[in-house]
Amino acid sequence: MKETPLIPAGVKRCSKWQFSIWMAAVTAVLLWGVYAMFLIWYKGLNQTNMNDAYGFALWIWADLAVIALGGGAFFSGFLTYIIGKNELKNIINYAVIIGFICYSSALLILAIDIGQPLRGWFIFWHANVHSMLTEVAFCLSCYFAVLTIEFIPLILENPKLDKKPFLHHLSHNMHGIMAIFAATGVFLSFFHQGSLGGVAGVLFGRPFAYREHIFIWPFTFFLFTWSAAAFGPCFTILVTKVTELITRKKLVKDSVYQLLAKISGWMILTYIIAKTIDTLYWAFVTAPSKGFTLMDFYASSTYNIGILFAEIVLCGFVPGLILITKRGRENSFLLMTAVILAVIGVSLNRWVMVLQVMAVPLFSFNDWYAYMPSWQEVATTVLPVAYGLIVISLAHRYLPVFPQEKELNPID
Amino acid sequence: MKEKNDHKHANRYGMVIDLDKCTGCGSCMVGCYAENNVPFKPDETNKLDSINWIRIFKLTNKKPYPDTEVCYLPMPCMQCDGIGKHGHSPCVSVCPAVATDYDYDTGIVSQIYTRCFGCRYCMAACPYHARKFNWWDPVWPADMEKYLSPNVSPRMRGVVEKCSFCFHRHQLAKDKAYLEERKELEEDEYQTACADACPTGAITFGDLNNKDHAVYQLKNSPKAFRLLERLETNPKVYYLTSKEWVRRAGDNYLAHEEPGKLNHTVKEHH
Amino acid sequence: MFPFCFEWAWDMGHIVFMGGLWYALSIIGAGLTFAIIKSIFDSTGGGHDNHDHGHH
Repeated sequence: MKETPLIPAGVKRCSKWQFSIWMAAVTAVLLWGVYAMFLIWYKGLNQTNMNDAYGFALWIWADLAVIALGGGAFFSGFLTYIIGKNELKNIINYAVIIGFICYSSALLILAIDIGQPLRGWFIFWHANVHSMLTEVAFCLSCYFAVLTIEFIPLILENPKLDKKPFLHHLSHNMHGIMAIFAATGVFLSFFHQGSLGGVAGVLFGRPFAYREHIFIWPFTFFLFTWSAAAFGPCFTILVTKVTELITRKKLVKDSVYQLLAKISGWMILTYIIAKTIDTLYWAFVTAPSKGFTLMDFYASSTYNIGILFAEIVLCGFVPGLILITKRGRENSFLLMTAVILAVIGVSLNRWVMVLQVMAVPLFSFNDWYAYMPSWQEVATTVLPVAYGLIVISLAHRYLPVFPQEKELNPID
Repeated sequence: MKEKNDHKHANRYGMVIDLDKCTGCGSCMVGCYAENNVPFKPDETNKLDSINWIRIFKLTNKKPYPDTEVCYLPMPCMQCDGIGKHGHSPCVSVCPAVATDYDYDTGIVSQIYTRCFGCRYCMAACPYHARKFNWWDPVWPADMEKYLSPNVSPRMRGVVEKCSFCFHRHQLAKDKAYLEERKELEEDEYQTACADACPTGAITFGDLNNKDHAVYQLKNSPKAFRLLERLETNPKVYYLTSKEWVRRAGDNYLAHEEPGKLNHTVKEHH
Repeated sequence: MFPFCFEWAWDMGHIVFMGGLWYALSIIGAGLTFAIIKSIFDSTGGGHDNHDHGHH
């Protein structure tokens, strides 16, 4: 086959036409998003259904959600390179690729979301160091650079590129000092995941979002970092499992999943206990001091108390408890249920901390604010998904992403 | 956000709005639109994306006739002093690009349109919805551009704007005082357009730190309250009302709490 | 982000925040530079030809 030199040796890939049809379909979706993106850049944010009450909406949620889900990269990197869980080297490549997709998507969404995109660099140049958003922008960009650095050696392992001596050595040498990059990535991730939580937590004008502080950081700062580390690996597991389903082959050994799921489970459980304590303190101390009861925040038909139950119990305690038990993890149905619930849970948390903050009325003479995204907003939010599928498809086809693939799928 | 050491002795401009006098006529809004080149849409039906630096809310006591009472409440930017009155208003502390700033000489929260890149974090932070986003480029009807105020720069699409307490009037008054070799402004030298336009005299504007200004006495009236005071935003816009239900509507209270009787209600004394 | 930007102040906020930023950037920059220079040496015969991929 003509493509063979590009495909890693010893693995089987689908036919060229099959791959082309798949890529054409995903590219069509991508182009729909790209069209909406240019429409927004050209005509402005009037193309959205945001308004003065809903200044933060679908995009900011998407941003927060993909960064939380992409947290699997930094936490797996931390476990692999710093704690020394060597078993996870069999999934770290994929975690890095997923992280790379998530973070590049987040940056793209931010570039669409700002009213004056050409002034985006002001956030760096004229930085207000007191703003949580400044911290987000700096750490996000730097961590994206780290993820790119972590991704490059894998790209250089493509059989064709690997033949060039310089690229071969560069890949090898970058691998050699990966622990340093991973450590820097953990440092940056701690702060940007945290400051994303801080974005909502510092809003003392918004009692639904506001949380008490430890030093300069609101509780949400720590909860966001913790939850990204806890739930991110679940997204890595979910995407890997879906990839296995689509490619119809086992790519990672069960022992790797088990280890990651176990660590994730304990992280989720401890996080959700901390989140429960935070919620109770907020509901019974912080909010009443501002004249609100807990139920004031859940008095709408859309935002009712069921959301809190779903976030903490259904998508928090339940996946946490499944994943910490050996029988739960080893049962593939329960494992999948747990990781899906976990992914929904963290996304729901990010939704609540953005959209519900905007919806809650602060005056008795105001009603709840409603918002429904426009097709342009939806298309530009689907755009990163299509982009992610393209990157994953190319990476899986042309790069040795899964070190155990050859062993698990011997070809004659 | 560079803090000046001598800001305790600086001016702190503020407003007192007597709700018992406000008839809801909208003159303040019209005056503000004209003064500050505030753009408007061809169709203003959707109020959630219209721009106004001062809005009038209609409040009712929700009682059936004949006990129904109505109160009109004009709401400009509150020019918050923030927690501890250090100038860290909800919006200033969050702006990532220092596009909004607290002036320690006047207490006015500024908005730098050419610096703002439209992230809208300040809008998410402001509990009063005082901040408005330019969803469109401003378009004025034919020839109306000739009537725009040369003292206020029109804003472009994609940036946030808000009430500036007619800061250009402060600058003009300061220029005049400088030429006359004076440091202090007289009370009537710097007044906002809304205060000027109000036909019933419901809006009083001046220096909250200056004992000779009317606002100094008015803000200490037992009828005075501020909106959402319990959030500790420390607004510099005060309201006067003789009606308990209006006062209650201005903030959030638990069922057993009574406005004005809370220990931690922040009152100012100088 | 630089001392010559007019918002800059030598206060604790700027020193801690920007200190952290430039520290992280220096590590990333130094690491990359090291990997590139070493690879140039390795591929021009300066180092031994190593076909063992470190991550396996």
